[in-house]
Amino acid sequence: MTEASPPRLDTVAAGDAGLDARLVVERGPFRLDVTLAVAPGDVVALLGPNGAGKTTALRALAGLTPLTGGHLRLDGTSLDRTPPESRPVGVVFQDYLLFPHLSALDNVAFGPRCRGATKAEARAQAAEWLDRMDLADHASAKPRRLSGGQAQRVALARALATGPRLLLLDEPLAALDARTRLEVRAQLRRHLAGFEAVAVLVTHDPLDAMVLADRLVVIEHGRIVQEGTPADIARHPRTDYIAQLVGLNLYRGLADGHTVRLDKGPDITTTELLSGPAFVAFPPSAVTLYRERPAGSSARNLWRCEVAGLETHGDQIRADLTGELPLAADVTTVAAAELDLHTGAAVWATVKATQTHAYPA
Amino acid sequence: MISPHDKSAAVADTLTGGPRRRRVRNGASRGVPLPLLVPALAGLAFLLLPLIALLVRAPWSSLPEQLTSAEVWQALRLSLVCATAATALSLVVGVPLAWLLARTDFPGRGLVRALVTLPLVLPPVVGGVALLLALGRNGVVGQWLDSWFGITLPFTTAGVIVAETFVAMPFLVISVEGTLRAADPRYEEAATTLGASRFTAFRRITLPLIMPGIAAGSVLAWARALGEFGATITFAGNFPGRTQTMPLAVYLALQNDPAAAIALSLVLLAVSIAVLAGLRDRWMTAS
Repeated sequence: MTEASPPRLDTVAAGDAGLDARLVVERGPFRLDVTLAVAPGDVVALLGPNGAGKTTALRALAGLTPLTGGHLRLDGTSLDRTPPESRPVGVVFQDYLLFPHLSALDNVAFGPRCRGATKAEARAQAAEWLDRMDLADHASAKPRRLSGGQAQRVALARALATGPRLLLLDEPLAALDARTRLEVRAQLRRHLAGFEAVAVLVTHDPLDAMVLADRLVVIEHGRIVQEGTPADIARHPRTDYIAQLVGLNLYRGLADGHTVRLDKGPDITTTELLSGPAFVAFPPSAVTLYRERPAGSSARNLWRCEVAGLETHGDQIRADLTGELPLAADVTTVAAAELDLHTGAAVWATVKATQTHAYPA
Repeated sequence: MISPHDKSAAVADTLTGGPRRRRVRNGASRGVPLPLLVPALAGLAFLLLPLIALLVRAPWSSLPEQLTSAEVWQALRLSLVCATAATALSLVVGVPLAWLLARTDFPGRGLVRALVTLPLVLPPVVGGVALLLALGRNGVVGQWLDSWFGITLPFTTAGVIVAETFVAMPFLVISVEGTLRAADPRYEEAATTLGASRFTAFRRITLPLIMPGIAAGSVLAWARALGEFGATITFAGNFPGRTQTMPLAVYLALQNDPAAAIALSLVLLAVSIAVLAGLRDRWMTAS
């Protein structure tokens, strides 16, 4: 926000409005401990590998899994002891869980009805929501007759129809095939942008997270390992998991001037001036491979490696290398053929210092 | 070892058409091993022969006369009323009990579940004796029922219903519990996040979802209640018009008027077949 812009209402009331939570859930050896602060109108994505605790965090927010510690405040009201049916929370479940015996309309009307609306009121509200989701024609359809994308929108309408102050989405696009996914992702983005309260979504798909969310919170092993804007996280990954998600080679070491001495492995020369613990990242496309040691090469970042595996990656070949520095390298199909790359082949890999990116750890 | 649950679930599956099986068309003719085929046919014959005998020896000529007698209708009506009432009673308390067993976790749940299924394997006569000791005029609870409310259960029509409920309800509970366990509990969670109390979620979401299981369980319980003999005669006695149900009437008739016994048996057989046929039509095509 620039200094010139007038203070926004939600910023003024930042102490109260929105979500303020520390979720601690202990279950056997697993411990989730995640702190979340989200302003109204913001969409936060919890991103993480399977079993990281994302869904547990979501269930704790909805009240379906009790907290063993921490706190949960929404718009200044503590929800710690509020049972799930009394929380102003809407949930879109992973496989939607539309009630199979009710029509789309009655699915959406279920929430308002439970919150005290008369049957007629609830149905009128539901019809309005379906209309907003372009589903007016499918109001009387049973869930099994809806397509994946339609079911997703009914689920969203059902969650929004109770007027929640916190919208939770669990892997909202995971149940869709690739083609519908693209379309539904765009629709969902539009609906989320128009949602004025707090939205938290859980996903293991970095693209979903980056398209839908204003801010990413990366969870591994029950704790937050990194959070920030999608762009920031894509450029400065701090764990191997995130580096893999955003497709970067990532190393950790000790920086001294233009050199980063890796914890395990050789030095990497970079253009940034740093000192102390640092990360170095570079994309696989920045790597150049040679079969013979390049004569008179000026590249300081030259490592002897061995091909551990090859797979097609778009129109490129991605080579998985082990050796002095384990890394992923992208080469064109033609180059791969000319280099006669195969598993076990010895290669030299270089990266220009200007293609690397170092930042403090 | 087959637990009573598996057994009754299997019965329920058979009744409702069960998990759909692919029909193997050319499997039967192609090499069924004799050691399997012979016992299989013997088993089939063993099951069918008594029914055939019943039809063969039926007093077809005097049948209309037998069946129009007042006693037969009295017994049949009493049987239908009592079996239906017992099923209704089982539904009212059995479905919540099944929910409790399937959806909650309390200490000793396994034991409670075992006790619920006990009447499935308990000899019905023993059940009748136990009912007498509990609800009889001098029973543990019965004496209070008698002195406080003037309610006497043994040897009354209400007693028949109680005895039939005792033996039939476990069938319903086990069938409904199985269906509940198979139903996704996350639907209830979804309902909860929409503002439904746990009871509302049960009533508006779970109940409709498990209706096939409830229906199958009701039919099992109803059929079991209709055929109930041991507990009924022990607890409620054998008074025509009051506690003499069809099975009791059949047994009594067999001693002095075998032709009447056969006629009554045919009626029960017809009712059973009608139930089975009705079920097959309804649930095999509907689902």
